[in-house]
This record gives sequence, C-alpha cells and structure tokens, in this order.
Amino acid sequence: MKPAEKEWTPKILAFLCNWCSYAGADLAGISRMQYPPNIRVVRVPCSGRVNPYFIIKALQRGWDGVLVSGCHPGDCHYISGNLVARRRFAVLKDLLEYLGIESGRLNFSWVSAAEGEKFATVVKEVVEKVKALGPAERLVKR
Amino acid sequence: MKSTTLRMANMNSQDTVSKGRKVGSVLVVGGGIGGIQTALDLAESGFKVYVVDNSSAIGGVMAQLDKTFPTNDCSMCILSPKLVQCGRHLNVEVLTCSEVTKISGRAGNFNVSVKQQPRYVDIAKCTGCGLCAKFCPVDAIDSFNKGLRDRTAIHISYPQAVPLAYMIDREKCVGCGLCKNVCLADAISYLEQEKEVTLNVGAIILAPGIREFDAKLKSEYGYGRYPNVVTSIEFERILSASGPFMGRVQRPSDGEIPKKIAFLQCIGSRDVTCGNGYCSSVCCMYATKEAVIAREHMSQIEPTIFYMDLRAHGKDFDKYIERARNKYGVRFARCRVSEVKEISKTQSLKIRYETEDGTQHEENFDLVVLSVGFAPSETVEKLAKNLGVELNKYGFCKTRTFYPIETSKPGVFVCGMFSSPKDIPQTVTQASAAAASVGKLLFSVRGTLIKKKKFPRELDVKGQPPRIGVFVCHCGINIGGVVDVPSVVAYAQTLPNVVYACENLYTCSSDTQEIIKNEIKEHNLNRVIVASCSPRTHEPLFQETIREAGLNSYLFEMANIRDQCSWVHMFEHEAATEKAKDLVRMAVAKAAKLNPLDRILLDVIPRGLIIGGGLSGMIAALALAEQGFETYLIEKEKALGGFLRNIHNTLEGEDPQRFLKELIRKVKDNHLIHTFQGVNIEEISGYVGNFRTTIAHASEKSELDHGIIIVATGGEEYRPKEYQYSMDPRIITQSELEDRLSTTTISTRLNSVVIIQCVGSRDNSHPYCSRVCCGEAIKNALKIKEKSPTTEVFILYRDMRTYGFAETYYEKARELGIIFIRYNENKKPEVIKKSENGRESLSVSVYEPIIGEQISIDADLVVLSAAIVPPDGNKILAKMLKVPLNEDGFFLEAHAKLRPVDFTTEGIFVCGMAHAPKSIEESISQAYAAASRAATILTKTKIEAEGIVALIDEKMCTGCGTCIILCPYGAITKNDVGVATVTAVLCKGCGLCAASCPERAIITPHFTDEQITSQTRALLGRITA
Repeated sequence: MKPAEKEWTPKILAFLCNWCSYAGADLAGISRMQYPPNIRVVRVPCSGRVNPYFIIKALQRGWDGVLVSGCHPGDCHYISGNLVARRRFAVLKDLLEYLGIESGRLNFSWVSAAEGEKFATVVKEVVEKVKALGPAERLVKR
Repeated sequence: MKSTTLRMANMNSQDTVSKGRKVGSVLVVGGGIGGIQTALDLAESGFKVYVVDNSSAIGGVMAQLDKTFPTNDCSMCILSPKLVQCGRHLNVEVLTCSEVTKISGRAGNFNVSVKQQPRYVDIAKCTGCGLCAKFCPVDAIDSFNKGLRDRTAIHISYPQAVPLAYMIDREKCVGCGLCKNVCLADAISYLEQEKEVTLNVGAIILAPGIREFDAKLKSEYGYGRYPNVVTSIEFERILSASGPFMGRVQRPSDGEIPKKIAFLQCIGSRDVTCGNGYCSSVCCMYATKEAVIAREHMSQIEPTIFYMDLRAHGKDFDKYIERARNKYGVRFARCRVSEVKEISKTQSLKIRYETEDGTQHEENFDLVVLSVGFAPSETVEKLAKNLGVELNKYGFCKTRTFYPIETSKPGVFVCGMFSSPKDIPQTVTQASAAAASVGKLLFSVRGTLIKKKKFPRELDVKGQPPRIGVFVCHCGINIGGVVDVPSVVAYAQTLPNVVYACENLYTCSSDTQEIIKNEIKEHNLNRVIVASCSPRTHEPLFQETIREAGLNSYLFEMANIRDQCSWVHMFEHEAATEKAKDLVRMAVAKAAKLNPLDRILLDVIPRGLIIGGGLSGMIAALALAEQGFETYLIEKEKALGGFLRNIHNTLEGEDPQRFLKELIRKVKDNHLIHTFQGVNIEEISGYVGNFRTTIAHASEKSELDHGIIIVATGGEEYRPKEYQYSMDPRIITQSELEDRLSTTTISTRLNSVVIIQCVGSRDNSHPYCSRVCCGEAIKNALKIKEKSPTTEVFILYRDMRTYGFAETYYEKARELGIIFIRYNENKKPEVIKKSENGRESLSVSVYEPIIGEQISIDADLVVLSAAIVPPDGNKILAKMLKVPLNEDGFFLEAHAKLRPVDFTTEGIFVCGMAHAPKSIEESISQAYAAASRAATILTKTKIEAEGIVALIDEKMCTGCGTCIILCPYGAITKNDVGVATVTAVLCKGCGLCAASCPERAIITPHFTDEQITSQTRALLGRITA
C-alpha cells in the first residue's frame, strides 16, 4: 500500500503592485486576517509592469494559477498603469483559453491599501477556484 | 488679553534676541514619540538637537504598548525605525538618565543645565550583548513590564532600546563585580559620578509626556489589593509578545487564562473626586483595542467594557468600535461600576454596577482591567517651575486655542500629552508643529551647527560573483511564534550564492544594524537579504545600513515573512514555515541578479504651494513664509477664511473672528505669500522638489513652480435631509444657531431649545464621528444660558464626546441645568409639527432611557448638530495629485499613527479638516506640522530621487512608439535617429513601457525581466504546502 498522499493544494503566484495591493496584503497581515498559505508574492512597482511573458513563463514552470492585483481604477500611483494592465490581461486570457488553459487560472483584481479584508477574500477565492481546476499541466515544460 | 496673545506670537517670529546671537540648536525635553518626531523634523531641517530623557532609553509610553488603534499596528514595529533613526541621526544627541535643572537666557539663546545620573555603563563601549545581565545575581522589579516580572540589577528597559546600552540599578546592585568581570567590552564602571552638562540652545521643546493615574487612589476597585485587578498599561504588557508572559493572556494570580475580562473606563478621568475633571481622550479606544487583541490572542476570552460615553472621536475610530462589537464580540455596557470585590476562593472578581434603567447588577469576572487616565507627573511640574512655564489647574502646560504649541514663555514650545491628553497621531502632529515653530524663531541660524553625513565610498561589486547574506528575523514572537526561524536559516544556508545566514530577535534594532554591517565586512557580502516584515516600512532602514557598510543601497532585498506570512497563517506553522522558505528562496534568486543603481540628485524649488485658504491653509502659509520660504496660497472662493468664518466663539471664550481678521491681515502683509483667490486648479505636474501647477482665474491662466504641496481644502457642514430641516425656520443647524447667537440677542421668550446631535454623523451615509459637534453644542448651549438663563436647553445625544478639557464644560453645562438625554441610534428622536389654534407648534419626541418612556419636548427652536463632510472637490484634487481618499472622502495620510500629515507621495502634505474633522486648535497644530514636514524638503538645495528609471537599449529599439503612447508621464520621446529615449527626472519607474515593448528593449532597473522571472523560477523545486 502506498502511504496516504497529502491532499493536493495549488501553488499560486501573485504579482502585487507596490502601492495598493502589496499594501493591502500587508494590511491583511496587520489585521491578522487569515487566508490559505498557497500564495507566493512578487512585488512589482505597478500592475502595468507585469509582462504577459511572466505569466506564460509561470504556467510553463508549473504554477497552477496566477493573480495580478493592482490599484482601483483612478487610484494608480502611476496614473494609468493598472488600466493598461487590465487591457493586456483581457487579451492574454483569450489567448490562454485558446491554448486550452482554463480562464480561472489567470486572475486579475483591484485591491487598495485599505482593503486588507478584500485581499484575504481574493486569495481565498482564487485558491478555491484553482483548487477546483486541479493541477495545471498543459503548458508545463518537462 | 487678546492683544498680549498676538504680541507674543509676533515676538516668537521676530528677532527677540537683540543682545547676543541666536543659536542653531534645540533642546527637546522628553524622548517619547513626540520628542523623537520633533527631534527628527528639526534635525532634517538644519538644526542640531539635544534630546534629554530621564529614563535609560528613549521611546516613552509608546514603547510599552503592544498594538495601536485603529489599525492594530504593532507599536514596536512602527516605533522602532524612528528610535533607530533618532539614535543614529548625526545631528541628534540623546542624553539619557538626564534631567533639566535650570535654564537662563531668552528665546533664541538659552543656557540649559542638565544633570546626568550615572549609568555605570559606558554607552560608547556597551554592545548590548546582555552577558552581564545573564550573570547578574540580583532580582529587581522590572518597571518597564510594570512589575509583572523581575529583571536583573544590570538591565535594559526593552530589547529594542535606544541607546542599546545596559544600566546598573544602583539601589539593587550588590557590587559583586560579576558583570564587570564578564564584560568583554570593558564598559562597566562602578565609579561613574553624577555629571552636570551645560547646553547652549536657541529654543526648547517640552515633550515630557505624562504618567498614568495611580489606580490605588480609587480604592473601591481594589487595585493593589487584588492581584487580578490590573491597570491598562499592565494589561498592555501582558498582551505584548515581548511582555512578561510572552503574549499569553493570563491572570497574574495563578497564570490561568481568564475567560471573562472586564474593562472599567474613566479610572482617574472625568472624576472630580480625584481632582481630574477632564477626559483622558484615549482610554475608550485603547480599552477597545486591548479587548480586541485579547480576543485575538485567545478566542475563548469574553471582554466587556463598562463605560460612560464611548469616545471614538478620531479618524476611522467608530468603524473600529463596530468591528470590535460585531466581529470580535466585545460587549459594551454603559454604566459606571461602583465596586469591585474579590471572591476569595477563586480570586475572581465580583463587579457591582447599575444600568441606565436603574437596576442593580452583579457579575463575576476573572480579570479586571482599569482603564487609567493620565496626568502630568510631579517631575514635570518641577521642570515647569524651573523653566518658568505656566500650568493649568490640572498641572498640564497652559496653552491657548490659537497658539496650541506655545507655552507662556517665549522660545519654549510644547507638544504631546503635556499640553492636553491626546493620542499618538495628535502627539506626532504637534511634535512636527513644534519643530515648525522653532523654525520660525531660528530660521536665520539654520544649518549653522549641523554635521553632514558622509557615507564610505561605495564598493565596486560589478562583475563579482554574488555573495549573499540572509538575516532572518524573529520579530519577538511575531514571526518566531509561527515560523520555525532556525529551519529557515538552515535552509537559506543551502541556497546558491548564500555565504552567510543568521537569525535575529529584532532585525530592526540598532544593535542588529551593527551586526549586519560587521557581517558584510566579515564575509565580504555583496548582496543582503532581510527576511522580516514589509519593505514598505523597513526597506529604507536596511538600505541605509548596507550603504553605511559600503554597499549600494539597491543591493538589498526583503522577504516579507511577517505581514504576508506569519500573521496571515497564524495557525499553520508548517505551511507558514514552508512559505517563509519559499519567500527567502525567491529573494535569494532575485538578489543574485541585483545591480547597483545611482540615485539622481534633484534641485529643489524652495517655494511652497498651499491649496485652500481657510484657517489651516493660512496658518501653513504663514508658517512657511515666516521660516523664509516663498509661498503660493490658492483659494477657490473669493474670500479667505473657510469654515472658520462660521465660528464666533470658542468654549474657552476666545474670539475666532478677531483672530481670523488678524490672520488674514498677516497673510496679506507678508511679502513672501502670494494669494490667489477665486481660482481653480487646472493641472498639477512634476514631483517632489519640482512641481508645476496651472491655475485659472477668469480667463487667465498662470503656471506656478514650487517644491512642495500642502493640501488644506477643509470641510463643510452637512445640509441635513433629516428632521424636517429647511421646512421650518425654527429648525436650524448648529452653525446657523451660532450665527444667530453672535448677531442677535437670543430672545428670552424662547422657552425651550432642543439640540439634536449626530445629524448625518455615525450613520450609514457618514459612518464616522464629526468630532467637533459635541463641543460645539455645549458651547452654544452655554451661550444660550448666558444670554437667557430661563431658556430650557435639551441636548439629545448618542455619546457625549467632549474629550480632553472640553469635559469640564460638559460638567458646567450639567450644573447650569442643561438637560442631556441619550438616544439610541435605532430610536432616533422625531421632530413633530402640530397645528393648534392656527399656530404651528414644534416638539421633539424621544425615548428617555432612564425613565424608560417616550417623551415629548416642546421646542421653540430645534438645532441640528450637522456632520462635517468633505468638499466634493476632494475627489478631483485627489486624482490630480494621485493621492488617496479614505472611504469617507477625506484625504488618507501615509500612516494613521506616525505619518499623520504626510502622503505616500513625497512632497505632498495634508492638514486641517481636509484630513478629518477637527477643532480649531487641532487644525492649527496640523497646519504647523505640514509646514514642518515641508521644511524638511525646502531647506535642502538638492534631494535624492529614486534610482529606478527606465533604460532603453537603443540598438534593440525599432522606434515603434508603443512606449511613447503608454508612458503616463510623457517621459519617453523619439530622438534624432528615431529611437525612444527617456527623460530621467520625469520617469517614475512604473515599468509600463518595459512590459509593453515588443522588442523587450526597455529595462526597469531593480524590477528587470530577468530579476522577476528568476523569482518565479525559484519556485520550481517547490516544497509541498
């Protein structure tokens, strides 16, 4: 008999903008809001800094889902970077779906520096969603 | 009275020292958060500062706190960087164990005698290693931990203490010599003597803080007799991770976890029987915070807060109370407890109280926390006497509404709790304000006594293979209590390029900075990683540390294993440890790819721009101009004055209109202030040091260049939609009443006036407290009584929030027969109009909780205390400035506690009601504070800008122009040969261009494609969650 394997949990990569979402994630911590430990954060100056290439690369490397989070429309520290990011990911999502990647693996959200609770909720939702989809293997390079 | 106050203000700003020169140094008495902030502001704007504190380390009361409301920030976490900054600032000299004994001279040039008690340990030699304390055989009471545990005779007051040097408690020391024998630094000297130091300073700032009320004086509550009755400060230590019980909430008597905890409010506050007729202003909030934190620590705890009025009058405080009530199940009970008795068998406590409806109750609790108030200490009284500074009847420093920072002695200023009870942000605000007041007095000698920081030459690390050092922080038990720190360290040691890894109790403490510097040298480190808290708060500190060790500050990376790991996975030790390892691995991967960057030096335009010509705006303009800076003052309306034009008297009986007239005259007369009235702002561009604002008046446009911006757009009175306002001339707002009171004599035929509080405040549309209305209502009620003693005045309220000394007027109002009736938010009063004999009568129906019946009060006048709301224009301005508003529409400061006038965007500041509703006094303090923060920039000819600026590889660029269209700052243009080029000062380093370049020809330094993808690759060999 094989030893009981640990329940599979997804690994999720998050790109958080320095000014809003990263601060929101800090606030979730300061407020001790608990969320699943499946997420690893990369801090970027702006959600607009996230090149679609980073996301494709992440999926190739075996991440099961990606979250990109920036400031709310109008709050962007760099005026419009978040809006450019959103346009960019709308296109990327279509492309990934065409490649057979479920749309739930790529998530985009607005989380402000005052929204610790929202950040925790977003993480919970993304983890649940990706968990339901199972491991992402389609793009993984072996 | 008026003329003398004005003269005094003038005296402070002009040359008072006719004989003898002015001196460019300042004495700060007290090293709490107020003293620290004022010292840092002064030192950053060109003054030499001496901080004198009577204890062995700076930090004051804030260092003893566990968390701070309303954000639940860890007090030590936010204080520690300031302690370190103060301790290591080149132009701040800290004198501990010291006391001011005498001053002579006058504003501009004082001689100060300071008596320094021996510490018996040489601060310069002591490394804070703690070996001495390990060997010390003597037990003494640990006063920092409120006697809840013992310490040794040789000790430090807390682990992050600055200066981090031990001290011998001479009374307890038995002179065994053990410590001297083990001290490797040879720092101990038993023969040290008391010293007398004389300082020559231009100004003095008093920030001595206060002491808590001695709870033994209220013997009915059993403090000192019953072990399970503790004070709030003791409970704060009990909650603290570095406290006597390591953050485990337990009873002092038996170490059991208490299930039911009672907080008794107003112990030594609002209590004339003990001589403290004032409200201590912070206890309602700190008790709620302690209740919430206790619940967080141990979910089985059931906290109850027994209070009289819930005073949550600060920014976002009411939301905190609601969260405590609804999410944490904190029970709030309105009543005053008459007695606490110990149940001898269990040492639990029986509490007797009477609820509003007059019924008596008894209830048992496992632990009782007395929310003690604050009063000035006797040593402060002595100090005031030595200095010749007047005190008020409660022993606080006497100040006046329009001069909240000035003492009765020219050249001596005050901030913090010593002038009135207040919370941390208000103390910090006043501390900055005091620095601006000093700036006004001493601006001519600015920069004469300071030293400039010299960093060692940067080591050239280009081409060297990465040698990474990893410092993993326990953060007390904040991280170490969840994450297995030693295993993270061991893991880090196995990662590529890591040549050194270690753990620290507090990586942010000043001794750890020395450790980091030493390890850099010892191991030839060329990249440094700190795995601790958030880079948003602590990156600058560590960057400066590695810079001091000769490394470029960009060769640094942080792994956020606290805010985004241990704090959010508190109950998943294993998963949190794995995550911490992952985060360290990602940081190591990035660090290996880091390159040094140069910061650009930017010129500073030494001019200020102030948006809003109300009280705050004008005070800020004057505060800048009187420090010698040219200032633009922009007002959208035709007249200056803002909301202050509606205020005709103050609780203290001063004349705001007269003050306003004088203020406007001073603004107009000052040749450095250029006012623009009736103008709109069209555009704001630029960055710290170099802003350009386009304003339009009529059809004309002008462009103004300036180095900083102060936002002072004020607040407005809410136009009520409730209580039939505007349907009847007898239903008016508070400011309409005030206007009537000032212009007409109130008719003695008015039989009855009913004032309704919280109209548009603390409801669904405006879920915040407008802070000023309770005081305003009492002020006008007293005015009515003064003019027409027979008129009955009723005030219908939810909580009377007459914080601080305003409480004494609440007391007076009750004595004069003004009737206060509390109403419940679910049972709001109703204004009823009835036609009788052709005359419409007005009455107010309200549920009276004491008699428990609905009653009807005939009213000749119904006055609505309408909320303070933010002006609509805030939204547009916030977008233009790219700064945030809070949910209520007020400007959101960089940090609720310690950066109350700053924005996260450098060079932009906020003051007055633009920030939140506040009183005249508080607006004036904040305006000065904004000017002080601005002066830290305007006094410099050059400031360092970010080193993160986009770089374009011209060889790869095809000139497609995508980046040019996308750049939000217009920082990219096409050059002669048709390829893109970046204007460095305009670039903010957002990286939008780099992410969009089809040729990948653009690099965002510090966030390069290579660095980011190396972080995501680092997860390949992932460990299961």
